[in-house]
Amino acid sequence: MVNRATKFSIQGLHVQYGGMYALRDLNLEIAANEIFTVIGPANSGKSTFLNSLNRLIDLEAHSRVSGMIRLDGIDIRAGLEVEALRRKVGIVFALPLPLPVSIYENVVYGLRMQGVRDAKSLDAAVERSLIESYLWEEVKDRLRTPAMNLSGGQQQRLCMARILAGQPDVLLFDEPTSGLDPISTARIEETMLVLKEKYTIVLVTNNVAQAARVGDRTAFFLMGEMIEVSETSTMFTTPADSRTSDYITGKFG
Amino acid sequence: MNPRLSQKIAFSLLFLATLLVVLPVVVILAIIVAKGASAISWEFLFSMPRDGMRAGGILPAILGTLYLVLGAVLFAVPLGVAAAVYLVEYSGNNRFSRLVKLAIVNLAGVPSVVYGLFGLGIFVIFFRFGASILSGALTLGIMILPVIITSSREALESVPRHFRTVSLSLGASRWQTIRHSVLPHALPGIMTGMILGLGRAAGETAPILFTVAAFYLPRLPQSVFDQTMALPYHLYVISTQVPGIPENVRYGTALVLLTLVLLLNLAAIILRSRFRGKKKW
Repeated sequence: MVNRATKFSIQGLHVQYGGMYALRDLNLEIAANEIFTVIGPANSGKSTFLNSLNRLIDLEAHSRVSGMIRLDGIDIRAGLEVEALRRKVGIVFALPLPLPVSIYENVVYGLRMQGVRDAKSLDAAVERSLIESYLWEEVKDRLRTPAMNLSGGQQQRLCMARILAGQPDVLLFDEPTSGLDPISTARIEETMLVLKEKYTIVLVTNNVAQAARVGDRTAFFLMGEMIEVSETSTMFTTPADSRTSDYITGKFG
Repeated sequence: MNPRLSQKIAFSLLFLATLLVVLPVVVILAIIVAKGASAISWEFLFSMPRDGMRAGGILPAILGTLYLVLGAVLFAVPLGVAAAVYLVEYSGNNRFSRLVKLAIVNLAGVPSVVYGLFGLGIFVIFFRFGASILSGALTLGIMILPVIITSSREALESVPRHFRTVSLSLGASRWQTIRHSVLPHALPGIMTGMILGLGRAAGETAPILFTVAAFYLPRLPQSVFDQTMALPYHLYVISTQVPGIPENVRYGTALVLLTLVLLLNLAAIILRSRFRGKKKW
């Protein structure tokens, strides 16, 4: 882990919503090709952190962000168009949110918005990204049917494929399995473990066991502050802070 | 009181109220059809009026109304939808947008004759369009603008927020998001506004009174700068201004106007249900 290149470097990140701090003085580095998990109770700032990384936070009225986030050394506010940033840093939301169009059109949405028109490269992107998200075998014969007809777990994997089609660098997951059954959850987790060979993954989860299963490193957030960050195995065996151990042993949260 | 009895009474009253709403519609339709159907003929629909409107047909009035409605919609729909998109998607909830929304509500409450005078002042006199189809269509267009903006706004606001979030998160720009992930899903609602606007534009008399409508003009308009006859005004004229018009001609004209509005609505409803068929969330 130590020798890996730094993907995200975050310095002094503060996020406020109309005067209320959601995130306070966060300093953190996320390495390339690791699964970085973030745990913590509700309102601890986990989702705010995730949304800061691809600037979806800008959509929140009254949000104020200060501090510096660098992606591969480039300031994500000054050095990149926001559209380009969001293509590099894709996000899977808590609920499966396919657009109300076909499976195919969901996958190519981002590419179409980039102006890709050539049917061959669109077809190729669909096949590649659906294979990567382990959905291809289940849907290859009905790509033109509505995405809404898929099951919840399939929809969530479709949402992954939709990001992968744009060949991103980083995948953000915002409690991606909170609405799914255990089998679908296991499939999503397996997929993440494969995907980290190619991508950097930041996983926010309200499921402590999930962090323990897939995380390389884990951070514990509480009320907008990062209490602790360490190797996942360290965090779950010998946490440095008593609040961390209280949380992971289920005493609160 | 026995709860079953009181329930029966309540339902009966509710049913009666509903019946009272439907009744006038049915009666009006019945009277108009009964008294006017005998006037409807090929000649009535497709020929020029003769003998000071006492004989012949009402073709110029039918076409005039169609032109006016079409013109009003062509003008008001793009403008109204654009304004609604701006208000919902771009401006947020600041003082300016609140002011605009207030103005729109007030615009909807302006009496139609005031629109007529406004049209006379602005389009007929100031812009020198004269009494013409252009002036009349623009005046009607401004009159139906509030309906179109309000229903378009509601349609846009009813598109789930996450469509926008997802689209933006996939690297689409704000305009692409509106164009591809918001507007298509708001289309049925926008169509509804268009339907309501169509009906109003076709039926109003006052806004066209000073801006376009001709008392008696037995020829077809040649350009948008021509005056034209129009059904609502024609109906008013033959009912009150010209003596000796057969009763069935008056009711026949009303029947044609009513049918025209219903046909326009029907076309728009079919169009809307086509779009709605694609809606899947």
